[in-house]
Amino acid sequence: MAKLTINGTVHDVDVEPDTPLLWVIREQVGLTGTKYGCGVAQCGACSVHIDDVVVRSCSMRVADIKPTDRIVTIEGLSATSSHPVQRAWAALDVPQCGYCQSGQIMAAAALLKRNARPSDADIDAAMTNICRCGTYQRIRAAVHMAANTTRSGALEPALGVPASETSTL
Amino acid sequence: MNRTHELSRRTFMVGSAAAGGLALGFHLPLQSAAAQSAAAAAADAEVNAWVVVRPDDTCVIRIARSEMGQGTLTGLAQLVAEELECDWKKVTTESITAGQNLARKRVWGEMATGGSRGIRISQDYVRRGGAAARILLLQAAANEWNVPASELKVADGIITHPASGRQTSYGKVAAAAAQLTAPDPKTITLKDPKDWKIAGKPVKRLDTADKLNGSKVYAIDVKLPGMLCAAIKDCPVFGGKLVSYDEPKIKDRPGVRGVVKVNDTTVAVVADTWWRAKTALDALPIVWDEGSNAAQSSATIAEHLKEGLSAGVTNGERRHGDALAAIAGAAKKVEATYGTPFLAHACMETMNCTVRTSPDRAEVWVPTQNAEASLAALSEASGVPIGQCEVFKHDLGGGFGRRGGTQDYVRQAAVIAKEFPGTPIKLIWSREEDVAHDFYRPISQCRLSAGLDADGRLVGLHVRLSGQSINATLNPTAIVDGKDRRQLQGWWEEPGDAQLGYTIDNLLIEYAMRNTHVPVGPWRGVNTNQNSVYMECFIEEVARAAGKDSLEFRRALMSRHPKHLAVLNAVAEKGDWGKPLPPGVHRGIAQFMGYGSYSAATAEVSVSPAGKLKVHRMVLALDCGHAVNPDQIAAQIEGSVAYGLSATLYGENNIKNGRIAEVNFDTYEIMRLAEMPKVETVIVPSHDFWGGVGEPTISVVAPAVLNAIYAATGKPVRTLPLKNVKLV
Repeated sequence: MAKLTINGTVHDVDVEPDTPLLWVIREQVGLTGTKYGCGVAQCGACSVHIDDVVVRSCSMRVADIKPTDRIVTIEGLSATSSHPVQRAWAALDVPQCGYCQSGQIMAAAALLKRNARPSDADIDAAMTNICRCGTYQRIRAAVHMAANTTRSGALEPALGVPASETSTL
Repeated sequence: MNRTHELSRRTFMVGSAAAGGLALGFHLPLQSAAAQSAAAAAADAEVNAWVVVRPDDTCVIRIARSEMGQGTLTGLAQLVAEELECDWKKVTTESITAGQNLARKRVWGEMATGGSRGIRISQDYVRRGGAAARILLLQAAANEWNVPASELKVADGIITHPASGRQTSYGKVAAAAAQLTAPDPKTITLKDPKDWKIAGKPVKRLDTADKLNGSKVYAIDVKLPGMLCAAIKDCPVFGGKLVSYDEPKIKDRPGVRGVVKVNDTTVAVVADTWWRAKTALDALPIVWDEGSNAAQSSATIAEHLKEGLSAGVTNGERRHGDALAAIAGAAKKVEATYGTPFLAHACMETMNCTVRTSPDRAEVWVPTQNAEASLAALSEASGVPIGQCEVFKHDLGGGFGRRGGTQDYVRQAAVIAKEFPGTPIKLIWSREEDVAHDFYRPISQCRLSAGLDADGRLVGLHVRLSGQSINATLNPTAIVDGKDRRQLQGWWEEPGDAQLGYTIDNLLIEYAMRNTHVPVGPWRGVNTNQNSVYMECFIEEVARAAGKDSLEFRRALMSRHPKHLAVLNAVAEKGDWGKPLPPGVHRGIAQFMGYGSYSAATAEVSVSPAGKLKVHRMVLALDCGHAVNPDQIAAQIEGSVAYGLSATLYGENNIKNGRIAEVNFDTYEIMRLAEMPKVETVIVPSHDFWGGVGEPTISVVAPAVLNAIYAATGKPVRTLPLKNVKLV
């Protein structure tokens, strides 16, 4: 039996202590926005926040998590998809298949929490999740855009960082 | 503009099917979310197979093809909406099911989604479907007002009769329109694409919202009452056999409900959760008979392929003039041998599906590129007649060719589910299983020889390809008299699909089929990816041997291929060919054709003194004829760079003791964001054909980068991936 605080709600879950947090979130708690991709902390599809820090939940045993740890999944990032990262992702049509994007969004949100104006190098270092569709260019632009959210909440693209440079002859 | 919530619809569909609703076939429209109450269902009007209009003027556009990230759903909806003349802001979509398509005599045509064909193959009939619905809606209004339909105008789903000032909307006349006889699609004149208002525009995707908050339900997320989960293990050596397993060792583990011998090579554990099934399977003692293939390795396979580079008999060829004599008599000869490895698809969502069977009904919830193949596989494996089977398709967490015709996971799940009648069984492959039991991009080697005359002109080219055949694994009947032209994709003579863009007087292209025990299949861009590396990197070697500029050497061979040439010229211009670069940065160029479209790329790279590569910028040009959504074309091109570059830098599946050596992302490495170059897209639409988008540009990524590396180091790279190559 373990006690987990996920998206502000306390859950009592009856699982083996070495069960990965990912599978507890998906199978016992029933929140399926957090994805399985590799099980070995390589791809980041399973990224969630614990106390505002992004972690790869596939490789964390539930026994190592305290009831007071504040776990936030993609479902708990915002009530109405209004987090600046989610809004930037929508504005730039970042997702393709979308499967990795919960993890990408959680990684980006955690980055911006500790670094409000990340440089390209900061983004390179922090955004290590795998996207097989290859949305990396738009992810970079969307992180900059989310960072450029003004006090009024408006999103502004970062200068010189086109999401997608397209011309038609 | 949000999509019909699929699960609620599916729940309804299951219910209606159980009540015999499917048997009504033609008269029963596919039910949408609004159909959860009978009253709402009655008010939704199926104007025709492609268009349902709700009383609130929402237009539900039916989509037969599979959405796996490539944007076909949005593009197809744009094409229907364009002809329908509806309000794009009121468009939503829903997937049809394979069972419905079967019951309605394939009114939606084929559902298979691969080969970059989603839009180019269905564009004509989906546009006619939208136009026919518009004609019916206008006729219904004309009947109501007792005026000729020719006097009506429509825009954004609002119908007006200018002469009398009357106005109505699609939602108000849809029920009457649904009762009218549809016009013959052949009599419909479609819009000239230059008049398009919705198609051809960079509208936002229709399927983004639920990918941002975790609410999208992929097949791996399906939850059904009473559902159990299965983990599976196939013999690690292809062709090996399952001998025995020790079920008592794991049967008392928490949640375990049973062990199933799925077939001669495969065993599965069923438990209340997947994690319990997976860990129990890991703990299950299994005895395999690995068989003679256990002696196979990358080295034995390489030898097998090498033999094909000089063997006498070939399995397909293209011949003009006498290439061998021309090369023998040439002033200068160039020769090189190239090779590329097996590659797994590694879709982010591993193979999975959920099956529920009973003696008279079988259902599968599945991410599939071919719902009709899923239906057939389900019927065959479950023993339930196909008319009593149904496929609930979920948008795929990646496809890339892995989830097409084979449907191995559906067969497995159906066999397991038969042991648990009435209980839904969700089968999920671990990542290790997913990479170890793929249908890989075929391995090949290629030896090329060229002859140059004293002026540095190409007088003869001989290409000998030796490698595995996709058709031999998946479609043997396509190999006629031992000839398999599919492996020569991109080097074909005929125009229109994958034509070689060069005219070479003395040309000999030969294919020696060398199959292995490793199963192969289509992999986003398949043979154009390897064949472009061989051709475009070798042409680079030949151009350099001739002392010619890479672009000018190619142009001289392309005068009879104006579309190839136009794309090459476009990329040269936008990619600043010939213009100065920062110190240490070098440029490469490549062009190729596949999937009905013309591609070209430039790459700008630097190689550090320690041999570390950085790809700074790539410019890609594509002529896909009509460009239905320029922003989604750009997205596909950006993605193709990541997919192609990942293969170039890291991709390889080696064979060790008969099995795949790299089975997870720690060893089967995938490119990350930090290595993504700046990508610029140049769309070169010639508006006179319909070409593919999802695949063609991958083919030019690797050769453009390799040719830039050649420029940087002065040495050609002839084998992939680059992680194994010392660049300096």
